[in-house]
Amino acid sequence: MAFTTLMGAKVKRREDPRLITGRATYVDDVQVVGLLHAAFVRSPYAHAKILNIDVSGAKSSPGVLAVYTSADLRAAGLDVSMPVAADIPGMVKPPHPPLATDEIHFAGEAIVMIVANSPYAARDAAEAVAVEYDELPVVVDMEKAVAGGPYAHENLGTNIAYDLPTKVGDVDGAFAAADVIVKQRLVNQRLVPCPMEPRTMLAQWDTGPGALTLYSSTQIPHLLRTNLAILMGLPETKVRVIAPEVGGGFGAKLQFYSEELLVAWASRQLARPIKYIETRSENFLAMTHGRDQIQYVEAAAMKDGRITALRMKIYSNLGAYHHLLTPAIATFTPMMSIGCYTIEALECQLIGVFTNTMSTDAYRGAGRPEATYLVERMVDLVAAELGLDPLDVRRRNFIAADAFPHPIATGLVYDSGNYQGSLAKLLELVDYGAFRARQAEARKQGRYLGIGFSTYVEVCGMGPSAAMPAPGWDSATIRVEPTGSVTVMTGISPHGQGQETTFAQIVATELGVPIDNVVIVHGDTDRVQYGVGTFGSRGTAVGGAALKLAIDSIQEKAIKIAAHVWEASPGDVEYRDGKIQIKGVPSKSLTTAEVGFMAFRGVNLPPGLEPGLDATRRFEPPNFVFPFGAHACIVDVDAQTGVTTIERYVAVDDCGPIINPLIVEGQIHGGIAQGIGQALFEAAEYDENGQLTSGTFMDYAIPHAAQVLSYETAHTSTPTDVNPLGIKGVGEAGTIGSVPAVVNAVMDALAPFGVKHIDMPLRPEKLWHAMQSKRNGAAHT
Amino acid sequence: MIPTAFDYARAGSLDEAFALLTKHGDGAKLLAGGHSLVPMMKLRLAEPSALVDISGIAELAGIAFDGKRFTIGALTKHAALAASDELQRHAPVLWEAANHLGDPQVRNRGTLGGALANGDPSCDYAAVMFALDATFAVASKSGRRDDSASGFQRGMFETSLGPGELLASVSFAAAPHSAYAKFAHPASHYAIVGVAAVLELEGGAIASARIGITGVGEHAYRAGGVEKALIGVRASDATALAAACAGAASGVEVRSDAQASAAYRSAMTEVFTARAVAAAAQR
Repeated sequence: MAFTTLMGAKVKRREDPRLITGRATYVDDVQVVGLLHAAFVRSPYAHAKILNIDVSGAKSSPGVLAVYTSADLRAAGLDVSMPVAADIPGMVKPPHPPLATDEIHFAGEAIVMIVANSPYAARDAAEAVAVEYDELPVVVDMEKAVAGGPYAHENLGTNIAYDLPTKVGDVDGAFAAADVIVKQRLVNQRLVPCPMEPRTMLAQWDTGPGALTLYSSTQIPHLLRTNLAILMGLPETKVRVIAPEVGGGFGAKLQFYSEELLVAWASRQLARPIKYIETRSENFLAMTHGRDQIQYVEAAAMKDGRITALRMKIYSNLGAYHHLLTPAIATFTPMMSIGCYTIEALECQLIGVFTNTMSTDAYRGAGRPEATYLVERMVDLVAAELGLDPLDVRRRNFIAADAFPHPIATGLVYDSGNYQGSLAKLLELVDYGAFRARQAEARKQGRYLGIGFSTYVEVCGMGPSAAMPAPGWDSATIRVEPTGSVTVMTGISPHGQGQETTFAQIVATELGVPIDNVVIVHGDTDRVQYGVGTFGSRGTAVGGAALKLAIDSIQEKAIKIAAHVWEASPGDVEYRDGKIQIKGVPSKSLTTAEVGFMAFRGVNLPPGLEPGLDATRRFEPPNFVFPFGAHACIVDVDAQTGVTTIERYVAVDDCGPIINPLIVEGQIHGGIAQGIGQALFEAAEYDENGQLTSGTFMDYAIPHAAQVLSYETAHTSTPTDVNPLGIKGVGEAGTIGSVPAVVNAVMDALAPFGVKHIDMPLRPEKLWHAMQSKRNGAAHT
Repeated sequence: MIPTAFDYARAGSLDEAFALLTKHGDGAKLLAGGHSLVPMMKLRLAEPSALVDISGIAELAGIAFDGKRFTIGALTKHAALAASDELQRHAPVLWEAANHLGDPQVRNRGTLGGALANGDPSCDYAAVMFALDATFAVASKSGRRDDSASGFQRGMFETSLGPGELLASVSFAAAPHSAYAKFAHPASHYAIVGVAAVLELEGGAIASARIGITGVGEHAYRAGGVEKALIGVRASDATALAAACAGAASGVEVRSDAQASAAYRSAMTEVFTARAVAAAAQR
């Protein structure tokens, strides 16, 4: 049979048949004997003192086995604060108890845990709990919060968690020498991640060995295990975490939630398995949110469009508590605000702010969409100010294609890039001149078309351990089984990224085994060696790189065995076209399966070589990777209604060599959809009392299929030397690149009305008002 | 979905439904498609003691057209309305509203009568029934009574249906020159503004018009002023059409929310009224 490489092949996702036919096992599908169910009483108020909790009605409610308040936890020895992995020197860290103690800090905060014999009994009992509150003043607005009281935590005396300055290059000199200074306040609104599967968990305490199994819809099973063991005071070897099928995470399941701790803890207390499946309403209230920055930006530019410096003051709304990575997310924003440009000087004051809202944390892009939006909007505003074409301004500022690796002012080193190349490819697909002509013609007829560009670069493949709040490496084990099947244990925890397919493609190609004989195991800490998980577009760039190292080890050993069989020198034996052969003698070959069986059988092996054909390797990334691309969006804004219709969306992305184009495009498509969501529709909104007013899918507008379109995608391929596959991450690129493209397009459409900037989401009413103001002769900015 | 406990009974006929309603008393609710009631139960905003499931009562479903009038059973699903060639030809306003309601899953389960009886202030069909000047057939143990669109609708989530009554069908005359124009909420897909227009045309000009509007006020209404102003207007004359539609929200206490302030909603009411009329005139 002729050898076919599967690298770059459009292999259909092996995960999909079980997912789309309802045969996948999610946490809620796991049934165990004696299962109990948890429910939580959550605060209706955003900020209040708890005066009294009367649980008598709940305790006598039918089917109830246990009712826990914060006092009960402490009395039973669980007196802990939920961990925060990210640290910023001098950062204020208010305690984060798993159940509220005497003060509530956001609407939706858990106060009482109920365990009952059915979810219905648990919910009924939760309603029977009577909590007496004394309402406290609420702070929701970040800018008011930094000015003084009221304080989100009454006794903290401040709402500022940290105030982090950055200053690099001659900022003051650049501003003094600038021909123009363009200033803009940009709001990057709060979003709700909305995975299809909310937070789900099932804890099972096994009294015999005194061991715990936690099924959880998580992105980080091993890190969750470590944290759980520490907080529960258990040996880590007695904690097993299983992430079965996970229905999306988007960063919000890169987390250790107090509910996970409590369900596990209560399972040990009661020696019974306990399941908790949160409702969608709870998911809106109590799963971490994303974004929520206010950015004051000044750009110094020269007449020719060169941008010489940025000055920024950025407020990051942290919410009420630090979750695992809450304080770290916004630090990516100044770090990446240079974009793909040669901006040498930059000053930023980044202020992390507590408010009486749900915490923010990672959400697809996590700090980088905020950076890309910032710089890509500013580039367009500089162009508008100078009367230059936004593409010319981009070209004038691009880092040269021969300048990589390229250290940027904020200290990162861009690994590889060709920003001119992706833009050129984009312009092969979009006839810019023809669009401008059509736009001019349409305007005469009262139709407002616009085109927006985004040339982005982002940082992912997280990351070098020294630069991460957690380990940055990941791991892979490959086992060639006696029959020649190959088992791969990966330390990443895919939940939609498709590595059961792409990793199998790599293994099948490199070891020459049929893809159906390759199984990718993940998401079970008892089956898989320690791994760090899936987030920060690291799955393939780090986990895949570890897999490549393990393949190298397998090949090396297989070559030694084959060489011994042939009485040849290992140096004369190689893997070629999926087989082991003597160099230049293709007629003499062995398969991995054949050599694997020899290794299993344990006879005729070279002296000193252990039996078995398996390998475990870890990859420590020497740098992040920096995928990039150029997106264009064409919109039609209805002048009568302000409704934006996206006519075309064209994306050119560069994530290095592509293992599976279907999966890469799927990631890009999903990312763009979420970007369009932020640009046009989505906003997590709290009223002045700290009530989430967009807490259902009736109010919170994630884009429906009919609200998006068929994207046109293309790629350039610029490999990285950061990992042995040469690839970069692609999970977040679509979201990062797309938001400014959409907003720039709408602003371009509204240019005849003198509109320079409108904050997201670009709801029809805002655009209509902007157009009305101009029609009515009023000035508008 | 974790509602409070409730009894459940399935009715095979109207008589059985009435008997079950009597048996289960005041706390009982009728279940048709369940697309408004069940989400309310899920949130525990509705806590019925019993559900009387009428979705299997065959006599309450179906589209009948005698060449002049339609009679449509209350349990007819949105998807059936959206797929009806007869409606598309002879009463496109309802066909169009059904096609723009919710998503395929909602259309496959939800019913015409359920939507109307729920009395949602953004109910698409409420506007359509006003424009069609429909008759509502209300059934109870003691017999049937007819109601008008304006009589049926009493307020926000309030209809003329009394205890033991249910909406059996609606009927209306064919309306070939009709259209529904909807400005949908981006999340819920309910109408921010929904306008149903039924026209009679003479020599290219509007001879008479009935305009039903939903999503704007406390409940759907007929825009009487616009109906009068439209008489004699040629729908192809955009300026005259816009002028005639200028009062589409006047006299209405216009709602305001995160997606549309009262001022914007009023302006959009005029825009979508003109669009509905223009589309109806094209048919």
